[in-house]
Amino acid sequence: MRLLIKGARVIDPESDLDEITDIFIEDGEISEIQPGLEIPNAKIIDASNKIVCPGFVDIHVHLREPGFEYKETIATGTRAAAVGGFTSICCMPNTFPVVDTAAVANFVKERAMKSGLVKVYPIGAVTKKQEGIELSEIAHLVAAGCVAISDDGEPVSKAGIMRNALEYAKMFDIPVLSHCEDLSLSKNGQMHEGYYSTFYGLKGIPAAAEEIVIARDILLSQLTGGHIHICHVSTKGSIDLIRRAKEEGVNITCEVTPHHLTLTDEIVGTYDTDTKVFPPLRSAEDVEALVKALHDGVIDCIATDHAPHDFESKDCEYDIAEFGISGIETAIPAVMSLVHDNKLTLNQMINLFTAKPAQIIGLDAGRIDVGSSADITIIDPDLEKTVDISRFYSKGKNTPYKGQSLKGWPVATIVDGQIIALDGKILE
Amino acid sequence: MRFEHKDLLGIKDLKKEEIDLILDTAIPMKDVTSREIKKVPTLRGKAIATVFQENSTRTKTSFEIAGKYLSADVVNLNVPTSSMQKGESLRDTIRTIEMMGFDVIAFRHSMSGSAHYIAKNTKMKVINAGDGANEHPTQALLDMYSIKEKKGTLENLKVAIVGDILHSRVARSNIYGLSKYGCEIRVVGPSTLIPPEVERLGVKRYYNLEQAVQDVDVINILRLQKERQNIGLFPSLEEYSDLYMITPEHLKMAKEDVLVLHPGPMNRGIEISSEVADGISSLVEEQVKNGVAIRMALLFLMLGGI
Repeated sequence: MRLLIKGARVIDPESDLDEITDIFIEDGEISEIQPGLEIPNAKIIDASNKIVCPGFVDIHVHLREPGFEYKETIATGTRAAAVGGFTSICCMPNTFPVVDTAAVANFVKERAMKSGLVKVYPIGAVTKKQEGIELSEIAHLVAAGCVAISDDGEPVSKAGIMRNALEYAKMFDIPVLSHCEDLSLSKNGQMHEGYYSTFYGLKGIPAAAEEIVIARDILLSQLTGGHIHICHVSTKGSIDLIRRAKEEGVNITCEVTPHHLTLTDEIVGTYDTDTKVFPPLRSAEDVEALVKALHDGVIDCIATDHAPHDFESKDCEYDIAEFGISGIETAIPAVMSLVHDNKLTLNQMINLFTAKPAQIIGLDAGRIDVGSSADITIIDPDLEKTVDISRFYSKGKNTPYKGQSLKGWPVATIVDGQIIALDGKILE
Repeated sequence: MRFEHKDLLGIKDLKKEEIDLILDTAIPMKDVTSREIKKVPTLRGKAIATVFQENSTRTKTSFEIAGKYLSADVVNLNVPTSSMQKGESLRDTIRTIEMMGFDVIAFRHSMSGSAHYIAKNTKMKVINAGDGANEHPTQALLDMYSIKEKKGTLENLKVAIVGDILHSRVARSNIYGLSKYGCEIRVVGPSTLIPPEVERLGVKRYYNLEQAVQDVDVINILRLQKERQNIGLFPSLEEYSDLYMITPEHLKMAKEDVLVLHPGPMNRGIEISSEVADGISSLVEEQVKNGVAIRMALLFLMLGGI
């Protein structure tokens, strides 16, 4: 298939590319980038007034398969990713069974080949069954294609185990993705601890529950030299810790989610269980610190922590609802709201969604370059749409953005030169 | 003036004038409860369900008798016989009750926000009879009624709320209500049982009971849930009562005409001494009486009995 994208503003922050130009794609690769291209027999996409960027990369996704297919499958989750503008995703291992053996990792990869629509990279578990006791067979997981290890969903509670994981992961040059939560502080917690937890009468989860474990992981990374990557950073204190660690040269990276960048704990007052997420939505002060940290490089990338749930898991009392937001289909417009508010430049946003996350995991993705895979996301920065959960491709309709009008949506997603999503619909 | 809300989920949703309306309406209702023939036909043909997921004798009975004095049909659905224990979802339980034709449901649940959740899922009017640590609006209304009846006003009083503020829906609803009247509200209890940033609710925080009760008009004592000790929030009941039990000595530090309130049931010898509970300052029994009047007033206003 020959594809010609015409008249777009092409932005590839890594190569300082930001100009109106054309892109010719042939055999799944980017073959030419220059203005005024005329290619016979090519399918033409008129992308004037649109932004063409490298395909977006999401390094924190829950696809739920195997084991929780009633929440999401690799088929539905990758379609949601495609419509959301993502071309490569890394899926967390907290499935059933857990991705703690090569066999399960192979299953995920095979399902992704068969039923998936975007590129899927599995993440293996740090410990067997994610129980935090014994290391998984990490070499086997890496050989089977796992690109990182994580016990996400649960913390690695024992410092000794985390130390060994960081040491061991070094041999394979993969990061350990850490879900930072001190369970004795977060126990029974429902929302961020602060004024609003007092006001709404819900049990709080203090910022310290996250920060204590980040501080520990920083020390363990210093001890071992292993690459620690902090998942879903959510507090001002976490940012301060990570900033200091980076200044001292610690091998640390971190991610933030679109919802932690754009929503605060105040909205929990409706007791809408779609606002219940871990880490919890934090205070306005925390949100401000996170946005600032996007600018100064303390935060390395944006990842969705897409956590789809079935209706029943959320249609209940707040205390017994599951944690999680189905976020992959609203990630771009949510973060675009920061761009429209001049809190983030478009180039920064694209970098945080493309080359930066790819670098953390070591994926060959997130660039627009002649000869590279034609994974491309096209965004219409001015398109306004209401978040309509009935049109979600994800099985998880659990989003606090439902019914909100957001501006700046992905309008086309291209993987290996194939248009897989166009104008909010999957092409199959 | 009419009561315009479909539900009563919390005091925080009410305007001061609406609270006044409820309190004023309770005055004639209290008269009804003092008559020899206590029944009026006002709500004949209306059906009230009480659903209590947590144990409660007084609040449930209070709603029941309030409805009956007004000639409504009242059905209590007890937790052990309800479907919630059979694994039915709360929504299905509530829908089932609605389909039987109930007009209003008085609902108690151990989890904050549960009343909001059912209100979204039913056409019945919902009265929150206590949801987790969030609100207990009818308790605050009856507390305010009891105070106003004795003091003649709610404006600018000094009120100390004593005990486990962290887990207390009674404390929160009282704070939201009394702060609308310009009261100086002091919360006092062990530091582990005072919620974070409580000052932003417009209250003063105290750890020392003697300081907190200085010169107050009202002392509202919260029931201590003994099981909080097991999760390490305070070391022992003995230490708690040494620090926070209200005794006659404390009443001397307060205003001479201080009123003592307690939502019940009381742990005598833990948060309140018997001398105080049975003393002349105590409104504990009057609160129970006023609770019926307040609930009659609410049912009357919400079921459009004008």
